[in-house]
Amino acid sequence: MTEQVLLVRRNIWHRVQNSAMYYSFVHNRTAMVSAAIVFTYVLLAVLAPLIAPYNPWDLTQFDIMDSEIPPIGSVEADSRFMLGTDAMGRDMLSAMLYGTGISILIGVFATCLQLVLGVSIGLIAGYFGGRLDSFLMRVADIQLSFTTLMVAIVVLALFQATVGLRLYEEFAIVAIVLVIGLAEWPQYARTVRACVLAAKKQEYVDAARVIGLHPFTIIYRHILPNTFSPLLVISTVQVANAIITEASLSFLGLGMPVTKPSLGSLIQNGFHYVFSGSWWITTLPAITLVILIVAINLLGDWLRDVLNPKIYN
Amino acid sequence: MRNEMTLVRTQKLFKYFNVSGGLLDQLSVQNGRLKRQVDLVKALNGIDLSVHSGEVLCLVGESGCGKTTVGRTIMGLLPPSSGEISYRGERIDHLSRSRLLPYRQKMQMIFQNSYASLNPRKTVSATLLEPVRFHNPRHSTAELKEKVKEVMESVGIDPKWGARYSHEISGGQRQRISIARALMVDPEFIVADEPISALDVSIQAQILNLLGDAREQRGLTYLFITHDLSVVEHFGTRVAVMYLGRICEVGKTSEIFGAPRHPYTQALLSAIPKLGKQKSPHIRMRGEVPTAIDLPSGCVFHNRCAHAKEICKTDVPELKNESSEAQVACHGIEHSWF
Repeated sequence: MTEQVLLVRRNIWHRVQNSAMYYSFVHNRTAMVSAAIVFTYVLLAVLAPLIAPYNPWDLTQFDIMDSEIPPIGSVEADSRFMLGTDAMGRDMLSAMLYGTGISILIGVFATCLQLVLGVSIGLIAGYFGGRLDSFLMRVADIQLSFTTLMVAIVVLALFQATVGLRLYEEFAIVAIVLVIGLAEWPQYARTVRACVLAAKKQEYVDAARVIGLHPFTIIYRHILPNTFSPLLVISTVQVANAIITEASLSFLGLGMPVTKPSLGSLIQNGFHYVFSGSWWITTLPAITLVILIVAINLLGDWLRDVLNPKIYN
Repeated sequence: MRNEMTLVRTQKLFKYFNVSGGLLDQLSVQNGRLKRQVDLVKALNGIDLSVHSGEVLCLVGESGCGKTTVGRTIMGLLPPSSGEISYRGERIDHLSRSRLLPYRQKMQMIFQNSYASLNPRKTVSATLLEPVRFHNPRHSTAELKEKVKEVMESVGIDPKWGARYSHEISGGQRQRISIARALMVDPEFIVADEPISALDVSIQAQILNLLGDAREQRGLTYLFITHDLSVVEHFGTRVAVMYLGRICEVGKTSEIFGAPRHPYTQALLSAIPKLGKQKSPHIRMRGEVPTAIDLPSGCVFHNRCAHAKEICKTDVPELKNESSEAQVACHGIEHSWF
C-alpha cells in the first residue's frame, strides 16, 4: 500500500520533471527569480508572527519616544529597529511583514472569489448559449463599464459611513475582498466563456453527450479541465491587480485601517512625513509592494508564454 | 437467415439551421421599411430512411449534402426541426435526456476526427471507463476495469496503454480507442461518421476490418456515413445516396453499383476512377450545387439533371419502390420517360 503511494508520488514528480513547463521554468532565469521572490514574500508573510521583532497590531508595544527613527545606516539609527519606525513608534520591519501578509491575503481571496463567480457564470453562459448567454454577457459588460476602483470607492465609503469607523476597522478586510471580488468577475467569465465555446464544438463533448451524461457533468469533467491554462495566467495577473487595487483604496483612506495596516495603508500612513525628512516610512513599503507586483506579473508573463503553444521565443 | 427488422427509422425528417445571427442582425431597412429576414440553411428536407437490423447502411453524397446532419440528428445531438425518429418502433426524438438513457446504451457514435473526439486531459482508461461506469453505477471498479481491459483487447489495443493520454497515441490507435468507447456499453446500433476519412490508406483498411469484426462478433448494425465510394462497395450491405438534404436512391450495394437508376447516382458513380477498361464514360453535370439556403423548387436536382422536365421544377419526387429492395425518388423513373 505504502509502496503504491510512493510509486504514484514518484510518478507525479517524474511527470513534472519531464513536462515542457518544468523545462521552460528551469531554463528561464526571469521566471525562476520572480518565482523565488514571490515564494519568499509568501513565506515571510506566513511566518510573520514568528519572525517579526514586534507585534505591529498591539498598540501597547509602541513607545512614542521611538517615533521616526531612521533605518540602520543612518546616524540616528537604533539597532532595535532595523528598518526604522513610523510616527507612532511602530517598528517598520514588523509592520511590513504583517502588511505583506494582509496584502497577499486580500489579493488571493479576492481572486478566489472572482474565480468562483466568473468561472461558474462563464461556463453556464458558454455551454447553454442563447438568451441566457446574451443576458449574462451584457451584465458582464455593464459591470466592466464601471471601473473597479470607482465601484470600490462608492461601496466602501457607504459601508464606512453606515457601520461606523470602529466596526469598519474590524470588517475592512472582508469588505475589501468582497468588493474587489465582485467587481472583477467578468475578466474570468469572458475568458472561460470563450474557452467553452471552443471546447463545446470538439467531438469529445459530443461523445460525452452521446453517452448521455448530464450537462453539468460534461461541463465539470470535460470542459472545465480544458480551461485551466488561461485561468492560471489570468489568476496571477488578477492577484497582482487586486493587491494594487487594495493599495490604491488604502491610499485613499478606504482600505485597511492604520491599526491593521496593509502595504497600501503603510504607504499612505507615511506619505505625510515624506517632506519632513522621514522618507523611509512611505518608501520602504512602496518598494516592497512594487517588487511583489513586478515579480507576480513577470511570473504571469512567463506562464502565458509557456501555456501558449503559438508563441515560442 | 437475415433478420429484416427495422431498427432505426426516420420519417419526414427536416432540419433547418438559423444562420442569420441575433435579432439585430436580422433587421434591415428595405424601401424605407424595417424588415426582418431570417436565413435558414435547409440541411435536411424530408429524410425517410430505415436501417434494418444487422446491416451496414452506407450514407453517401458529396460534402455539404447533410450526411453528418442525418447521423447527428438520429443520435439526438441535434434536435430535428420536424419529423420523427424511431428506434425499434419507439419514437425517440422528443424524449428528455433521462428518458433517452436506455437508448444511449443501444445507440453509439464514432466520430471522424479521432484527435478531437478524445478529451486531451483524460487517459485512455478514464475515457473508456466513463460510459460503462455511468450506465452501470452499481458495478464494482474491478468489474468495470475488467470490462475495459476486455474491450481494449478486442479492438487491438494493449491494455497497458490505459495510462496514456490521447496525444501520446497515433491516429489509427486513437480511432481504435474511439471505437472501443462506443463498444463499452454493448450497443446494437452505431453511427459511424466518416470514421476512416482522416486516416491514411493502410490504417483505413485495418479500422474497416476492425469494424467488420466487431459487427460479426457483436451483431452490430451500422449507419456508415462516408464519401468514399470504394469503401461503400466493399463494406456496405445497402446504400443510400443523398443530395442537398434529400435521399435520391436507396438500394442494395450490388444493385446500385451495378445499375444505378437516379441521374445523380449515375453521375456520382461514373466519377469513380477505374483501372483499365473504360466501361462507362464520365457523366458531366452542369452548373454547381445550389446553396442550401435557397433550395431549388420541386426536385432539388432539377437544374443539373439532363432529363429534367417541367414537372421536376414544381413537384417534389417521393421515394418510390422500384424493386423489392431499391427505392428511387425521380419523376423520370416514376413515369419511365428515360
